Amino acid sequence: MPYIPLEDHLPGITGLLEYSKETAAPIRELTQVLLRGPSTLTEGERELIATVVSHRNQCKFCVTAHTAAADVLLGEHETSAKVKEDISTAPVSDKMKALLTIAAQVQQSGKAVTTESIQKAKDVGATDIEIHDTVLIAALFCLYNRYVDGLATVTPSQPEFYQGLGQRLKDHGYNRLPQGYDHLKKNNPVH
Amino acid sequence: MAYIDLPKELPGIRGPMAFRPETAKPLNELAEVLLRDDNNTLTRGERELIATYVSSLNDCFFCQNAHGGIAQHYLQCDMQFIDAIKKDYTAMPISDKLKSLLSIAASVQKGGKYVTAEQIENAKTEGATDKEIHDTVLIAAAFCMFNRYVDGLGTWAPQDREIYVQRGPRRAEEGYIDFDLYK
Repeated sequence: MPYIPLEDHLPGITGLLEYSKETAAPIRELTQVLLRGPSTLTEGERELIATVVSHRNQCKFCVTAHTAAADVLLGEHETSAKVKEDISTAPVSDKMKALLTIAAQVQQSGKAVTTESIQKAKDVGATDIEIHDTVLIAALFCLYNRYVDGLATVTPSQPEFYQGLGQRLKDHGYNRLPQGYDHLKKNNPVH
Repeated sequence: MAYIDLPKELPGIRGPMAFRPETAKPLNELAEVLLRDDNNTLTRGERELIATYVSSLNDCFFCQNAHGGIAQHYLQCDMQFIDAIKKDYTAMPISDKLKSLLSIAASVQKGGKYVTAEQIENAKTEGATDKEIHDTVLIAAAFCMFNRYVDGLGTWAPQDREIYVQRGPRRAEEGYIDFDLYK
């Protein structure tokens, strides 16, 4: 049960973003720029960064949601599963391995990022903006994961919920839906 | 030296903000609504104190001094008071409600799951509203982002803490939107 009154039909982050629309607007915009804006990293690659950080923060809602989004974008389930298991042996490019390693360090602390991991990323072709965005995506998910779990939001257990959410994140990104979220009421129960 | 090519004259978060204006805009808007919006029953000083405390727990020198300087201005206190809050806020002459909120913020800093129902109940008993609890959790979570952004890119920070105290009133006056990164 959430620590503050949130709408029953909006589990996880969505209920929080609807509870406080004033803070939700910049959070949504930041996420849209980082995960869906113009970038030399694919949307799928950026979702993998979100997935790895959420996994390491043990935020079940976020990791399941972003795994689903990554899977829809990549068209397969293997990569997201493997990057959570072991970045070094996952089926991603050397550049992505280097960036995911930086993201994992950011998850621990900003100070945990090493000059060696940055140098490694540059050696395998990562640009400054890719490194910047990786650090900020990882930091942003340290916000999201704490927001979602710190207020004890509901984590649905049905896989279909996350498949639907992953599809929504592919189709609509992170902007608030123009019509709001009342149409999701008919999809209850989510528990 | 920063890990990427940031404007060398800009310390802390101002370097990456100048590097990437597209993300700086919503980052500053988030800080503005969380820390300065008048539609809030927590004072600006209380909110800056939460930001300062979380930044000190994350050991982010730039953020804890920048926001400590702003908190010091709002609260009209000295640096010793801010430092004592960071060291042991429970022993300080602040409200029991603020103490209960700082306790929640400290748990958020460790991880969302560290926040307990007892901490929330205690805050409500001390008179904290749902919005105050929400905002405390989100300020703490936001500074877990800002601190990682600042330190994760290896930015530099002035070491003289008085510089931050002198800048406090200006940031309090100008806010977090539409300020000149180079001043």
